[in-house]
Amino acid sequence: MDHQAATPVSPEVFEAMRPFFTEHFGNVSSLHQYGLRARDAVQRARTQVAALINAESPDDIIFTSDGTESANLAVKGVAYANQRRGNHIIISAIEHPAIINSIEFLEKQGFVCTRVPVDSFGFINPEDYRKALTPKTILMVAHLANHDIGTLQPVKELGKISAESGVPLYLDAEAAAGWLPIDVQAIGASLLSFSPHRFYGPKGVGVLYRHKRARLVSIIHGGVQENGRRAGTENVPAIVGGGVASEIALRQMPEWIAHTAKLQKRLYEGLMAKVPYLKLNGPEPGPRRISTSLNLSTEFIEGEGQLLLCDMNGIAVASGSSCVSKSLKISHVLAAIGLDHALAQGNIIMSLGKDNTGEDVDYVVETFAEKVVAKLRTMSPMWDAFQRGEIDSVIAPRGIGRSFTEHAAAISGKPAH
Amino acid sequence: MSDTYTLYNQTVMEHFLNPRNMGDLPDADGVGEVGAAACGDIMKISLKIKDGKIEDARFKTFGCGSAIASSSMATELIKGRTIEEALNFSNQEVVDALGGLPPVKIHCSVLAEEALKAALEDYLKRHPEAAEKLKKQEASAA
Repeated sequence: MDHQAATPVSPEVFEAMRPFFTEHFGNVSSLHQYGLRARDAVQRARTQVAALINAESPDDIIFTSDGTESANLAVKGVAYANQRRGNHIIISAIEHPAIINSIEFLEKQGFVCTRVPVDSFGFINPEDYRKALTPKTILMVAHLANHDIGTLQPVKELGKISAESGVPLYLDAEAAAGWLPIDVQAIGASLLSFSPHRFYGPKGVGVLYRHKRARLVSIIHGGVQENGRRAGTENVPAIVGGGVASEIALRQMPEWIAHTAKLQKRLYEGLMAKVPYLKLNGPEPGPRRISTSLNLSTEFIEGEGQLLLCDMNGIAVASGSSCVSKSLKISHVLAAIGLDHALAQGNIIMSLGKDNTGEDVDYVVETFAEKVVAKLRTMSPMWDAFQRGEIDSVIAPRGIGRSFTEHAAAISGKPAH
Repeated sequence: MSDTYTLYNQTVMEHFLNPRNMGDLPDADGVGEVGAAACGDIMKISLKIKDGKIEDARFKTFGCGSAIASSSMATELIKGRTIEEALNFSNQEVVDALGGLPPVKIHCSVLAEEALKAALEDYLKRHPEAAEKLKKQEASAA
């Protein structure tokens, strides 16, 4: 139940990759048979990837090592290419860390960034981007589907703003590619990134789509690979795999979306019915949320504990609680949507894939309710305090007792952050 | 399952999956509840004290695997100790007994130490005569 982290490589993809490890191991830059064959394979992959997002030409596709590198290239590459024109960038408050940290890096060098807030479901208001535009704005950054809470953003409206203002729009499609039809021409995106390991392709390759008019400088220097936009020996097997995965995804997407949407609904309804004091973060399953993920908060217990108990029961999930992060901070996305800190602490993220079944979902519902939540609640002083009426629920307040936040502040002598 | 990986070592996992002394003491002599500023976890330790010694201890924790394991281990270690010994209890004992904790999780053991000390302070507040006795002992030892 953690497909947003990784998916298994399809047998067809694996078979396509295999010869490029052993027999056809040539370097794309070599001018002999080995190199030419590798070059041909990479070019074929480029076409397959372009088709997935309806890019105008395969030449608009740059291969990198992963989605994070693509994001770095988009943000920094555009910033550096345009710094004589301006230094202002607009992003939303809930972008992926690859974007947020790239921006922070650029800010230290004199670039300026406006972070547009989102509402409590994570929706961007395109007008906020328009209002933030200045004569020095050189880039707008947003995403198709939020990596944390699954919100589907109004990207067509952002594309219009980009067309009207002449400011390029970079869209992070990491959580959407393969699971949402994408048409970069219809949207009007100048740049778009994703990686195939989210849709049954290999890790070790990323994609950056770049419209031919979007100015971009390379951030990795060396030889003249990827048309001078990204130096370094290409990961031919992974690129080949990524191409095949993209072709399969384009074909299978309607089926995958229908399948996961159905299971998402079953999982959501099952959990809400069996687990008291459970909250969904992000939009309800439906047209405004990606079909694969559920981001939940279980009240009165903590996320890493839930994750461990799930794992011990054969269920792999993720969490945005502070205990799970290496920086001991809750997910910035949960903070940005104004989620109560205690509920952010109890965060669990489940994401479905094409191979999950109804039985999987039923097992997860049953196990999560009985073996995970119930067990952790018996161990929790907050559940106790709630039962006794000392603290109140945020999800379904009863009007008795103080809030968890007040309680935490009182016992620790300092405000819960 | 032959190839099972765990996030923490065996001892920590054991204390997380089968915690010792989990619960409350209905007529506890001292109760301490503390919150971790670092991450938002909350630990509660209840003590039963008799003849200057910790007769029984229970914990309840809102926290991650190492927080639960730390409080479980702490309550195991302090049973039978005198109040004075317990007041000098260090989080390092918990870390050592658990066979180590990842650096980013050491604060969980500190929280257990703080919860224990808060419980002892609660006891001493309720029993000023015990607090007096302790002060005299410390003065004569000095």
